[in-house]
Amino acid sequence: MPVIEVTHLKKRYGDLVAVDDVSLTVEAGEIFGVLGPNGAGKTTTVECVAGLRVPDGGGVSVLGLDPRRDAAQLRQRVGVQLQESQLPDRLRVAEALELYASFYRNPADPAELIDKLGLGDKRNTAYKKLSGGQKQRLSIALALVGNPEIAILDELTTGLDPQARRDTWGLIEQVRDSGVTIVLVTHFMEEAERLCDRVAVIDRGRVVALDSPAGLVSAVAPEQRIRFRPSTPIDDRLLADLPEVSAVQRTGSQVVVTGTGELLHAVTSVLARHQIVAADLRLEQSTLDDAFVELTGHRPAN
Amino acid sequence: MHAFRNILRTEARLYLRDLPTLLTTIGLPTLILVVLGLVPSLRKPDPTFDGQTFVSYFAPSLLVVTLAMVGVNILPAVLATYRERGVLRRLATTPAHPAALLAAQLVLALAGILASALLLILVARLAFGVPFPRHPLGFTLAFILGTAALLALGLLVAAVARTTKAAQALAVPLFLVIMFFGGVYLPRFLLPDFVARIGDYTPPGVQALLDAWTGTPPQPLHLGIMAAIAVAAGAGAAKLFRWE
Ligand SMILES: Nc1ncnc2c1ncn2[C@@H]1O[C@H](COP(=O)(O)OP(=O)(O)OP(=O)(O)O)[C@@H](O)[C@H]1O
Ligand SMILES: [Mg+2]
Repeated sequence: MPVIEVTHLKKRYGDLVAVDDVSLTVEAGEIFGVLGPNGAGKTTTVECVAGLRVPDGGGVSVLGLDPRRDAAQLRQRVGVQLQESQLPDRLRVAEALELYASFYRNPADPAELIDKLGLGDKRNTAYKKLSGGQKQRLSIALALVGNPEIAILDELTTGLDPQARRDTWGLIEQVRDSGVTIVLVTHFMEEAERLCDRVAVIDRGRVVALDSPAGLVSAVAPEQRIRFRPSTPIDDRLLADLPEVSAVQRTGSQVVVTGTGELLHAVTSVLARHQIVAADLRLEQSTLDDAFVELTGHRPAN
Repeated sequence: MHAFRNILRTEARLYLRDLPTLLTTIGLPTLILVVLGLVPSLRKPDPTFDGQTFVSYFAPSLLVVTLAMVGVNILPAVLATYRERGVLRRLATTPAHPAALLAAQLVLALAGILASALLLILVARLAFGVPFPRHPLGFTLAFILGTAALLALGLLVAAVARTTKAAQALAVPLFLVIMFFGGVYLPRFLLPDFVARIGDYTPPGVQALLDAWTGTPPQPLHLGIMAAIAVAAGAGAAKLFRWE
């Protein structure tokens, strides 16, 4: 059952078309990623979903409701972490969470949330004195404090160190496992691959691809490459004749086999049949990074 | 309502935590009063001031200090900062409306102004024998309207200015003008007559305050102008205010 439906969304800022034509649906309980280069219209799209911006065209439906007309209801049920949003300098961590918790009918326990996000020893620290990553974690906590059914997280882990990023991923998986649908805007391909059930790639205000991370990779950049050193000389044709193989090359003593589909299985079967041991065998698959570049012509900002 | 109460409580805490600002807004006028009051000649009745002391004559101008500081300096600065840093926007994603935060700031501004005025009036009475305002109703009215006019102007500044810097750029000249015409920089008897007359009509309307303090009912025109400024600036602010 879709919980978010966006159809032909359009949004302009003056003459600038920020979102040209975006359609997507987010299913209940999934982690849905939104990828795209800077200025692609990701934030604008999710802000329309969150009811913070009025679309110029197209439709948005969230939990079967209209983000503008039913704003009051949706604010209870949707948690939002904005890309750029701070707090008053002197506000302390626990105060912020307690205040925000008080706005909701069924809030999470602020103290528990503080611990979960690793802010336990900062609960009485003023916002001004938090590090960038700690501010980011507080921001995530504020988006979750209302026990939302949907959490929209714009640039979840930007500014976090690698450890904190992994911890946050674990947290997001926990949140998803408790039944929350998550919309995640991100620039980190690793994050999308690890967390997202499906991702939409947005470029210049349009959805250029929408699939699971693995689906995107195999659709856009299906090439795989196997490198190994055969224990005894091998006739290239044995491999080249396989339907999965598109090319066989040699660099020194190394054989490089390029192909698609069940390439690894096909190649290792042939080698086994001829009792050839493949030393230093490595499989190189395209990553979401490659797919991203292919789709948008940009390197992911990383 | 519930959200408003919690926001107000939190904002009040933040307000109390900012001790330097708190002490300046509430204590500065009284401090100036005390310093002036320590000069003996300023405590003597003087025909220049219809037989009042200079301290009595100058007290209403000291009220202007807090009103101008809180109304056109602090209030717009805080609101513009909250907007620029996305505090208002974040609030807009929750069931609480950012207007609750604006209302809380207004309440705090009002509380600061009241505390400062009460302190000034009390210290003036106890330390320097300046009588309590002799026309209490007129004084209350003049004070409310003057305050409303300045707070509305402050909101207008916050509405028009996109950024904190812009808010300051607008607030500083406005502040200087208000202080000047309010007779803070130069006591009004030293100002050319036409300048003093202009001052009767610039918020918060120091002449109406002086009249009521000394027992004359404030002139309806003075009060009317303050009410008009409050309504016009308030309406402008409501129309122009942006939450992001
Ligand atoms: N409030 C605004 N007023 C005018 N233009 C805006 C506004 N917000 C965004 N834009 C423009 O709209 C386009 C899309 O911006 P948006 O913030 O949606 O991009 P994004 O995909 O989130 O980018 P990033 O990855 O950098 O966060 C950009 O060209 C941006 O300059
Ligand atoms: Mg963005």
